[in-house]
Amino acid sequence: MGKGVLTFTDRGIYCPAGDFYIDPWRPVDRAVITHAHADHARPGHARYLATPGTAPVMRHRLGEIALETQAYGETRTIGDAHVSFHPAGHVPGSAQVRVEVGGEVWVVSGDYKTEADGLSEPFEPVRAHAFITECTFGLPVFRWRSEAALAAEINRWWASARADGRPAMLGAYALGKAQRLLTMLDGTIGPILTHGAIENTNAVLRASGLALPDTIRVTPETKAKDHSGALVLATPSALGSTWAGRFPRASKAFASGWMAVRGIRRRRAADKGFVISDHADWAGLNAAIAATGAERVFVTHGYTAQFRRWLEAEGYDAEIVETEFDGEALDSPAEDET
Amino acid sequence: MKDFAALFAALDGTTRTNAKVAALAGYFETAPEADRLWTIALLSGRRPKRTVTATRLREWAAEAAGLPLWLFEESYAVVGDLAETIALVLPESDGGADRSLAAWIGDIRALSALEEPARRDWVVAAWESLATDERFVFNKLLTGGFRMGVSRKLMTRALAQATGIDEAELAHRLMGDWSPETTSYEALVLAPDPSADLSKPYPFALAYQLDGVPDDLGDPGGWAAEWKWDGIRGQLILRGGVHHLWSRGEELITDRFPEFLRARDFLPDGTVIDGEVLAMKGGAPLPFNALQKRIGRKTVPKKLLAEAPAAMLAYDLLEAGGEDLRDAPYRDRRARLEGLLAGLPPDAPVGLSEAVPFVTWTDLAALRATSRARLAEGLMLKRLGSPYRGGRRKGDWWKWKVDPFSIDAVMIYAQAGHGRRANLFTDFTFAVRDGENFVPFTKAYSGLTDAEFREITAWVRKNTLERYGPVRAVPPVHVFEIHFEGIQASPRHKSGVALRFPRMARWRRDKPVAEVDTLGHLRDMLATYG
Ligand SMILES: [Zn+2]
Ligand SMILES: [Zn+2]
Repeated sequence: MGKGVLTFTDRGIYCPAGDFYIDPWRPVDRAVITHAHADHARPGHARYLATPGTAPVMRHRLGEIALETQAYGETRTIGDAHVSFHPAGHVPGSAQVRVEVGGEVWVVSGDYKTEADGLSEPFEPVRAHAFITECTFGLPVFRWRSEAALAAEINRWWASARADGRPAMLGAYALGKAQRLLTMLDGTIGPILTHGAIENTNAVLRASGLALPDTIRVTPETKAKDHSGALVLATPSALGSTWAGRFPRASKAFASGWMAVRGIRRRRAADKGFVISDHADWAGLNAAIAATGAERVFVTHGYTAQFRRWLEAEGYDAEIVETEFDGEALDSPAEDET
Repeated sequence: MKDFAALFAALDGTTRTNAKVAALAGYFETAPEADRLWTIALLSGRRPKRTVTATRLREWAAEAAGLPLWLFEESYAVVGDLAETIALVLPESDGGADRSLAAWIGDIRALSALEEPARRDWVVAAWESLATDERFVFNKLLTGGFRMGVSRKLMTRALAQATGIDEAELAHRLMGDWSPETTSYEALVLAPDPSADLSKPYPFALAYQLDGVPDDLGDPGGWAAEWKWDGIRGQLILRGGVHHLWSRGEELITDRFPEFLRARDFLPDGTVIDGEVLAMKGGAPLPFNALQKRIGRKTVPKKLLAEAPAAMLAYDLLEAGGEDLRDAPYRDRRARLEGLLAGLPPDAPVGLSEAVPFVTWTDLAALRATSRARLAEGLMLKRLGSPYRGGRRKGDWWKWKVDPFSIDAVMIYAQAGHGRRANLFTDFTFAVRDGENFVPFTKAYSGLTDAEFREITAWVRKNTLERYGPVRAVPPVHVFEIHFEGIQASPRHKSGVALRFPRMARWRRDKPVAEVDTLGHLRDMLATYG
């Protein structure tokens, strides 16, 4: 197969033919970014390339940066490499990066999810010779339920908290998961309050044209009794902090793929865990890899050892690549599943 | 079983005690009586016998899920719970017809009569007919490891709410040697016949540990003290011309301690004594290690019977002449106990656990300091005017244990935890110094906060020297203060010692590795206390 279209360096995934990096973790001259999560879009690069959907949140988080955008499906030539973005279904604007050099195609998945969530641009399989895939949930115990079933489950919990006269407090990552949950919530149950970090992201996404339901920002003046029957959307870390104390007796829940495991769910000491992830489940990973038609698969962040062995048995040429993406994040999964 | 699975989900889905009790009480009001009875049985540790081995279940589940066995095992290692792993990997199902909990358990029990292929077919078909949440509960029934996050006490409270029967009375009714095959909901809970189960013990009174000194307990004159012996807390029952011995864990251990047959020669019928079963020689207790050889042995060889003869040191009298004494003050019960045991020959299987006389709390503190030399774990303080009340309560009884043994050691191996801590390194192996070398001497896996475990976990990931399966070798850097309750010689261990109840008391970030304790120090402890 000759020299790789992409190589793996201590700064990140590198394309020698085009002299650029994909989601690098050390400062580089040219960075192609899959999505705006902090472990993929880092500060300090000289030039950035991302999708128009990713750009506003990146600017919001990274400030003044030299950022060019390129729409899904468009191709740009950088050096001898042809580079295009394709929807990854992970969060709004998230992309896989397709790199073609001399007729050989490699695709970097970034983070991805195969089931459509009604908010992110749905995942699109891309044919490739080699596929670099995350495997955050690369074990067969991870299986997600349909969006509709999840929405019904969450709204049932909210309604029952309301019936008990308690606020419902739901912890979710500020970019992506939080907005996806917003679209799942049944606003007829009660008002929706949001933590400041989530509301800031909402504002950026609304400004870029995303339709989100009405929300009320929680400020130091906010009093729980003025918002009876409310659902409070909080960041995972706020859920266990003094911030949450302003909503006494709240029924607390986490939304994360890790909630599939009872032991992890119980360790959070939340009342409830909703199994909702922005990453692919076991079936999703396998379907996505099959759809690329790739013979060579590089697995990164997640259950890499197990998943590589599985892929080998399935007939792929599979390797593990060490990266500095936080997909593993086993220590405090709900916070760091990014 | 849908309502039982829903009950499990409700209990599992909340951390609030009241919500758990309400869910359980609701179930007790609506479920069929046979299912109620099984639920009471499961929540009081009466599990149906295992009829399928865990090894077979793993194989069958992997096959049914279309997975290689190694991948199933890897998944199990992450999930930390076999029943859950199986439920998660099997292909999705909406579940079929609803059958009662009792019917499922009946079928599971009947499996033992089947040949293995038939057993397998039945289990796989059952999985296919159950929805995911029901499967999990079903697997728990199969594997026998049933925990629902509800203590027996909460279960009893919920049942009291559902039936209107007094909680303490219910706690007593639910004690003893019954199983859903030998009784009914009616006979056990609603209208028990006291003569039907003469072996039935009373709920044990338990005590909280006294933190600090007893000065706050008020006038020492209102209190009695006795040694807290290091054996098996038990209840000796003589009724209807037969004797029964119960452990605190509510296990009937009569047959394991044939010595108590002779109790009938010395004590009248209608007697119930709360005391400590110990290995004793010449009226003095032997170290716990002697008794340990007897624990778990259903039949006792003659040699062991001679080496470690058991007897009971009596603390309290719960029934005399067939009369329930539990409402009488401790002072009176104790006086009757002393009267009952006075004049028994030294070779009687029951003797009095002598009171520890004292005038001031300072006197008592000095006596407590001698506990270890007497092979006691410390002192028990009991309010003279208190009735005998089942369960663990604050106020009338306190245990005032001696300080644990303590040693500073360095962590050299780490292993991920299970279940609740499946994704953290929580099981550590500790070593002491022996010249230039570090010698592992114990494992411990509790005592740190989740935040500390997270910190250690991050460190272990970055500092792994070598992997042996799930175990990671790490450089000897982090020092911990290890507490334990006892030490004994153990040729199986490299260090030559084995500890009782080792746990991490503190992470000694202030201590350099050069200052950890030595193997010589451990050997000295063994020589003095082993
Ligand atoms: Zn991400
Ligand atoms: Zn990521």
